[in-house]
Amino acid sequence: MAGIEVTTLHKRYPDGTVAVDRVDLSIGDGELFVMLGPSGCGKTTTLRAIAGLERQTSGDIRIGSTLVNDLPPAERDIAMVFQFYALYPHLTTRDNLAFPLRAEKMPESQVRERVDEAARMMQLGPLLDRRPRRLSGGEQQRVALARALVRRPRAFLMDEPLTNLDAELRADMRTEIKHLQAQLGTTMVFVTHDQVEAMSLGHRIAILNKGRVEQIGTPLEVYDRPASLFCASFIGSPPMNLIDVEIADGALRGAGGLLLPPPPGLSRDRTLIAGVRPEALEVTEPGAEGAIPARVVSAEALGDEIIYVLDHGGARDVRVRTAPTVRYDLDAPVGLRHSGVMTPVYDASTEELVA
Amino acid sequence: MTISSDRLVKAGAVTDTVADNPLPRRRRRGRGRNIVEVTLLTVVAAAMLFPVLWILETSIKENRDVYAVPAKFFDFKVTFAHYKDVFFASDGGASDVSRSFLNSILVAGGSTVLATLFGVPAAWAYSRFPLRAKKDQLFFILSTRFMPPVVIVIPVFLMYRELGLINTHIGLILVYAAFNVSFTIWMMKGFVDEVPAEYEEAAMLDGYTRLQAFRRFTLPLLVPGIAATAVFALIFSWNEFVFAIFLTTSQDVRTAPPAIAGLIGGTTVDWGLVAACAVVFAIPVLVFAFLVRKHLVAGVTLGAVRR
Repeated sequence: MAGIEVTTLHKRYPDGTVAVDRVDLSIGDGELFVMLGPSGCGKTTTLRAIAGLERQTSGDIRIGSTLVNDLPPAERDIAMVFQFYALYPHLTTRDNLAFPLRAEKMPESQVRERVDEAARMMQLGPLLDRRPRRLSGGEQQRVALARALVRRPRAFLMDEPLTNLDAELRADMRTEIKHLQAQLGTTMVFVTHDQVEAMSLGHRIAILNKGRVEQIGTPLEVYDRPASLFCASFIGSPPMNLIDVEIADGALRGAGGLLLPPPPGLSRDRTLIAGVRPEALEVTEPGAEGAIPARVVSAEALGDEIIYVLDHGGARDVRVRTAPTVRYDLDAPVGLRHSGVMTPVYDASTEELVA
Repeated sequence: MTISSDRLVKAGAVTDTVADNPLPRRRRRGRGRNIVEVTLLTVVAAAMLFPVLWILETSIKENRDVYAVPAKFFDFKVTFAHYKDVFFASDGGASDVSRSFLNSILVAGGSTVLATLFGVPAAWAYSRFPLRAKKDQLFFILSTRFMPPVVIVIPVFLMYRELGLINTHIGLILVYAAFNVSFTIWMMKGFVDEVPAEYEEAAMLDGYTRLQAFRRFTLPLLVPGIAATAVFALIFSWNEFVFAIFLTTSQDVRTAPPAIAGLIGGTTVDWGLVAACAVVFAIPVLVFAFLVRKHLVAGVTLGAVRR
């Protein structure tokens, strides 16, 4: 087991595409670390560079205390789970599991022992003699996981392993992976574009965009104080309302006179944008205390909550999360006020968090 | 073609069911269409197959029946003398044509093996690795087939004369392999693209080098594609005429197509022998195509449907 250090990683393809601009990561021993970002943000390339499947243009990768830049994948002592599982189609489950062990010339008795142990762990008993073709997606995924852990590697690398499963199975596998990681205590790097997966799995999350790390933090840190406008618009469903504000009378004032609590130490001479979570706003009767007038543009009734889209005269409509008992008609005049804690504020030109 | 017409028929059937009083009308129309279809197909098939049948007939007719006017379709005496002449000379030794068949086997086989040996790894590399100007390179490779053979045969002839490759098996093998390797790369790249790179990558993480991973995991999955590609290459080399006739003069090296063509043009033409040669010449290709027909279809329709 080992931590992973990635220092000033840069990857440029021969055709000139820069997949990873500059990435620094310090992943702790035994940590479940998630790399999250939209497609093309460089998360998979970074993972593949850690695995040794891509050679970085510059930058260093250390696994434990070993500099692995020039080591082939096989010598890095890591296991990877792919999006398409990559189980060898001509081998049974048992042989698939035994494969990496036989590749390192382990005695056959020990191979059997390890395979049985992994199969027990992932509950693969009845599937051991089947070939991948005859396994369902979820079963293939479990075999892929078992194949990764059978070797007891220093770290697991997971490349969007849940993307191809249906929603229900995905939630189950999420729990299973989290449990497995906690049980084994092995460092795991998990790549996903699904923020729910990232939030529910990760000890820490790195948000990547355009080949750079925008923020690293625990799920709650990332949720509460997104480090940039990109993070603010990427995390949360629906994401933060980004409201143009100015400083007036010691408060932040948005369109229509919407008042937000002012963070300390803001200079006045900037164009500011406040990030307000949908649950930090409140829909009220028109004319309620502290509320500004607004109009209901649409409502999404999700059962356990209702998302109202309100027009309050700003450049963008705002989304408000309410309890399912709060009912307003379309086009009805309502009130809108802020009810949460202090909001993060971003500089409109640098797109970075200023307060 | 077959698929689309099949679909049309099905679509027609569906609209018919929607129409009033659907059952009898559909039946009548369906039968009418069937008759038209079968008639048309029969006519087309007869027109297409007639030359083939005529060659078969000619090859087993006696010479005076070949020239008979009006032509004899059925009532002629069957003889296999022409087939004997294909393989044996009048003195009992091997005939010139039979030697040309051996040359064809050697040249077509050699060039196919060579093209496959170079083409498959190249296709794998083009499929797997990010290369500078990959598309341009692939286009360049394809462009080597743009020129009709007649256009480049003179320069090739001049080069071969300098290199002493005129009238050699290896000369023909090289020029056919050059043509086939571009075809092999393009067709095989499609097959390699279909095999997920993850198999190789997983194997690399499991302790194999990239080349071992290719050999042990990707290559076995490519066998059907390689078979289809090789058959296409083989057929091309087997049928090639222009280079063969320009680059060879000696009967010892000449392949079957120019050798058979050489039978025509004396004062009298032994059409029975020509027809028998043509039949013998066509059989290997037919047999090969039949053996790999499934893969041929796979090769032709590859990439037509996105996964």
